[in-house]
Amino acid sequence: MNVPNVGDELPPLSVRLTRADLVRYAGASLDFNPIHWNEQTAKAVGLPDVIAHGMLTMAVASRVVAEWTGDPGRIVEYGTRFGRPVVVPNDDEGALVEVTAKVTKDFEDGTVKVNINATFEGKSVLTGAFARVRVS
Amino acid sequence: MPLDPSFIGRTYPPSDVYEVSREKIREFADATGATSPAHRDPEAAKALGYRDVIAPPTFAIVVAMKANETIMFDPALGLDYSRVVHGDQNFVHHRPVTAGDRLVSVAHIDSITQRMGNDMITVRAEIGTEDGEPVTTARSMLVVRGEDA
Repeated sequence: MNVPNVGDELPPLSVRLTRADLVRYAGASLDFNPIHWNEQTAKAVGLPDVIAHGMLTMAVASRVVAEWTGDPGRIVEYGTRFGRPVVVPNDDEGALVEVTAKVTKDFEDGTVKVNINATFEGKSVLTGAFARVRVS
Repeated sequence: MPLDPSFIGRTYPPSDVYEVSREKIREFADATGATSPAHRDPEAAKALGYRDVIAPPTFAIVVAMKANETIMFDPALGLDYSRVVHGDQNFVHHRPVTAGDRLVSVAHIDSITQRMGNDMITVRAEIGTEDGEPVTTARSMLVVRGEDA
């Protein structure tokens, strides 16, 4: 890959998450917590509706970096806090998650830091999300 | 009742072997929309220098969760799983998880703190091959919501 510069912005990504995506992720990840597919359970624990797995949002956000590098194996570190939930209604539209990212630091060990921002309804859902990417 | 801080530093016995298959990697890539051919086509992965198809960066959660369950369900710790919320997550990949890997995880408790009636517990799964090659360090902070929180 071309060596990136601090300040470079990565191509952004918009992803719609529907209930079907949540069920599919539950199956693939083996995380069957019912708050991710059962409205009744979600509301009983005080959530407005079914929410996406934080780990699904984290996985979706990583695509911005993976697609930019062309080699997902170059992501040597990836971390985030889960700020607020992505609420997924029971309709065909689902929830729109918008992801942007920017190179923020050159570590001079052949890796760069990329800060990732994921928003839902205009508010950030991942806090302090970053990836460290091997670029040489 | 708050979690007992004497559990900080505790290490649990190694997990059973988790055998990483091409099909599970493909399934996980499909479920998360990861587009790279390196998750699906062994030749594409080899062209990038890997032995076989590689997993997306968050796939290790599947392996880490299994290891962390020994902590979650440790009756001596007494964590109420129904009140657990995922606070944060970090992966350090010493190399990508690769199809054919036979992975063993060791779960550790790094910290236990209390804040505003909630317990925060940081658990770390050290994931490596059964031959001892380090693959991924997965650190998860879990919030156990207090009765009144």
